[in-house]
Amino acid sequence: MEHATATHAPGELILRLRGVGKNFGAVTALKDIDLDVHAGEVVALVGDNGAGKSTLVKVLAGVHQPTTGTIEVQGKPVTLDTPGKALELGIATVFQDLALCENLDVVANLFLGHEICPWRMDEVQMEVRAWTLLQELAARIPSVREPIASLSGGQRQTVAIARSLLLEPQIIMLDEPTAALGVAQTAEVLNLIERVRARGHGVILISHNMEDVRAVADRIVVLRLGRNNGVYTAETSHQELVAAITGASENSVSRRAARKLEEVDQG
Amino acid sequence: MAQISQKNAATAHLDQGDSRVRHDTGLSGALRGFIDRVSSGDLGMLPVVIGLVLISIAFSLLNPVFLAPANLVNVLFDAAAVGFIALGVVCVLLLGEIDLSIGSMSGLSSAIIGVLWINTGLPLAVAIAGSLAMGALVGVVYGILRNRFEMPSFVATLSGLLALLGLQLYILGPTGSINLPFTSPLVRFGQILIMPEWLSYLVAMLPGVLIVVGAVRTNAQRTAANLSSAGMSVAIAKAVVLTLGLVFAVYYLELSRGVPWMFGVFVLFVVLLDYALVRTQWGRSMFAVGGNAEAARRSGINVRRIRMSAFVVCSTFAALGGVFAAARLASASQQAGSGDVNLNAIAAAVIGGTSLFGGRGSAWSALLGVLVIMAISNGLTLLNLSSSLRYMITGAVLAIAVIVDSLARRSRASHGRA
Ligand SMILES: Nc1ncnc2c1ncn2[C@@H]1O[C@H](COP(=O)(O)OP(=O)(O)OP(=O)(O)O)[C@@H](O)[C@H]1O
Ligand SMILES: [Mg+2]
Repeated sequence: MEHATATHAPGELILRLRGVGKNFGAVTALKDIDLDVHAGEVVALVGDNGAGKSTLVKVLAGVHQPTTGTIEVQGKPVTLDTPGKALELGIATVFQDLALCENLDVVANLFLGHEICPWRMDEVQMEVRAWTLLQELAARIPSVREPIASLSGGQRQTVAIARSLLLEPQIIMLDEPTAALGVAQTAEVLNLIERVRARGHGVILISHNMEDVRAVADRIVVLRLGRNNGVYTAETSHQELVAAITGASENSVSRRAARKLEEVDQG
Repeated sequence: MAQISQKNAATAHLDQGDSRVRHDTGLSGALRGFIDRVSSGDLGMLPVVIGLVLISIAFSLLNPVFLAPANLVNVLFDAAAVGFIALGVVCVLLLGEIDLSIGSMSGLSSAIIGVLWINTGLPLAVAIAGSLAMGALVGVVYGILRNRFEMPSFVATLSGLLALLGLQLYILGPTGSINLPFTSPLVRFGQILIMPEWLSYLVAMLPGVLIVVGAVRTNAQRTAANLSSAGMSVAIAKAVVLTLGLVFAVYYLELSRGVPWMFGVFVLFVVLLDYALVRTQWGRSMFAVGGNAEAARRSGINVRRIRMSAFVVCSTFAALGGVFAAARLASASQQAGSGDVNLNAIAAAVIGGTSLFGGRGSAWSALLGVLVIMAISNGLTLLNLSSSLRYMITGAVLAIAVIVDSLARRSRASHGRA
């Protein structure tokens, strides 16, 4: 599969969502979502559990079909009706549930659907490429010839991330990529996000870890109950972000912070 | 051996950076890896090989005729038809699907041969093409039922079982049985044609040669790519054992008539399907869909097309099995494909080590499994046991195979081997 790897002028709009909505029966998971991603930009997508972040990612990955709205990739309106279509358009995804085949080994999972030489798979070349990718991520994987079932949660996450990089995507979406990762591996993923940005690709990062988000994000898009709830930057104060995420300045997070502060004052 | 592993550590291959992994080298290493795999529940072909040996010992004690070369040649003649059907079953089982109508499909296919070739007088090739086309068509229907209507393949093919049986009876008409001429090439193929002796020996030596040549080539490629290579000792040992075994088998069969062409063709198809499953993108996708269909879909695999292909391959192989069965029996009758054909084919695939739960298996399991099934059925016939007992025993063997499959699966899960 060939991809247009022409680097974009930084700032060029590569992904544009307008009024995207998604219903699951009676549940409105997304409503009127607008989102822009530019070349060379890291957009963080934050929100509480069930805010609709993963649903939005799945819509962009071609896993779910949006109920309403338009999606434009590089200025052209597109219908992402299958995951294959999204991959072809250069949108790669690390899913929250990773979506790996446990019965296949690491190499097979990395190249799934995109094997080198479909009629006579080149296992040696695939294995070499697998090791190279994994080393870039500082992965600690004992063997790429073991089935995924024998890997730890973090190792699996690394494999899923490596797979998303395989096709040199234009846009890479990471749904809580560092949730299970160790300190060094998290740092490597953040480095990697910066490298991908430097190459002029767009990144959508979902994370509940505000520290990670602030470290790499150019813009922070907040979703709340399936709707846009403001766009912020890394400079935005913690309070303000939490307020946008939870929908009020008076909430459990701020109350807890205040209590901590009181205890410190008293002690 | 120790020197080899030290050398590996010193050159630091791309794939040996992790000190926690034991890198098995040489023969003893291969043996250790094999024992590890088996003890974690990755049984592979082991149960079926052990089963085959036990069955042979038991039956030859009960009746020495069982192991006579002439009888074994007969077993091979009988094995080809069911073997083809089992080969198709492997494909659907890999996806975690099932086809219960394979027996009816093979029966219908023999009926089509009889009607088109004998009754209508069309050339034999056209009749065969017609029954294969029918098989493919039935597979397409199952694929559509599964893909478009989300109908469980269990139900779709169960209704197919009855519908195809009905069609078979319908086209055979009131006479119900069509005899195929004994002098025709098809029946000669099914009853007498034997591979020339030199060809049998040549074919018996081929796998060993291919293993060694293949190992030399991959080792060279891996070394060039700075990956560790397995060394030649394992490949040579495998090749020697395999060649000795196969050459002895051919020698033993040549004491009687020799290796049936029918069986040779079956083995050829086993090899082809094995290549397709192990070396092509299609095969990889089959395993992926069987392991985790949603993950496969998100990787860009067209899951529906893979499912469709599996059903088509299965039904077409069942139709081919029906052609072979007609050749073997020299007739197309209402009984063709009924009785234990269905169960035998599914049992063969499962006994050979293809999991009912999807995502695990191999084309070779059809070959080994069908040998077990045919050995049992032949041994029981030699003991003059009625078919009622034969059915019960074959049923019990299938149950045991499924139990082994489930236990091994549980053990693999706890050992992290999927
Ligand atoms: N396949 C589905 N069928 C029905 N409802 C769904 C489905 N997927 C998601 N939802 C609903 O959509 C809403 C948003 O879910 P989503 O997974 O997008 O949340 P999220 O923001 O990713 O949360 P988290 O931080 O917990 O991952 C939830 O209310 C969920 O119940
Ligand atoms: Mg989520």
